[in-house]
Amino acid sequence: MLILECPYCGVKGEETEFAGGGEAHLKRFGPESSDDDFHAYLFKRENPKGVHLERWRHTNGCGKWFHAARNTVTLEVYGTYSAQTTEPPKDIKDKISAKVPGWSWREFS
Amino acid sequence: MSNAISALQGAVYQGYVEVREMGLVGMITLRGDLSSAKMKKAVKEACGVDLPGQREIAVSGDKGAAWMSPDELLLMVPYEGVADALAVVEKALSGEHFLAVNVSDARAVFQLKGKAAREIIAKLCPVDMTPGAFEPGMIRRTRMAQIAAAFWMQDADTIRVVCFRSVAEYAFNLLKDAAEPGGETGLFA
Repeated sequence: MLILECPYCGVKGEETEFAGGGEAHLKRFGPESSDDDFHAYLFKRENPKGVHLERWRHTNGCGKWFHAARNTVTLEVYGTYSAQTTEPPKDIKDKISAKVPGWSWREFS
Repeated sequence: MSNAISALQGAVYQGYVEVREMGLVGMITLRGDLSSAKMKKAVKEACGVDLPGQREIAVSGDKGAAWMSPDELLLMVPYEGVADALAVVEKALSGEHFLAVNVSDARAVFQLKGKAAREIIAKLCPVDMTPGAFEPGMIRRTRMAQIAAAFWMQDADTIRVVCFRSVAEYAFNLLKDAAEPGGETGLFA
């Protein structure tokens, strides 16, 4: 069971109050992009054993989308942060580094 | 025009906590910039209370305002007063980007009354109901079994629950089941 804290309403709730929204920080490729880029955007997803960045929505609460950094093995949640960003903030990265030295996820580390 | 009736028309169940459907309650969803001065004025004029802070609810008599999300409030007024309150809000917020909608007939409100009212919520929602962790003046939107709901405490022995009207019967049955005599846990006694 994950315990997530919504960065918008400050509620610390358990997983069933939220809904997962898949991988975070997807870079979108639409019309005019190359077939490879479009294919990667549509289908290629991370499936890590360890550190993962995800989108979540506080469905049964304030209804806002946000990002969460968590560990898929230990289910530890390193932190949650605003949806209005294209990369994890420094304090979240530092928290992950403190627990998992040398981690990397896509272009972030 | 036809007579307005609430979802369960004031149904009451007397368990070890009394469960009551509150009948018609006027409710307005108000979205906009909660930090603006006009918004504060609109809430004050429509409900007679100060704009509630994060996860807070301000109640004064049969009126009140609840914080629903960073850009949303739920205003509560008597059912007959909704049109007037909407007019007040629209006047106070003129010129701002906002949304105010009468949602009275889209919601159902329940009241739990009794010493063990906290217990009923604790059975149904993934929320810490320990005295001190949840107190009057706070509102919590969460999941109640399989539906979305929000609740707050009127006083130490009274909790009000609001949910969508379409699931009113489900909600009432849930609360009724949790309040059935013999189901006392004495968790917060």
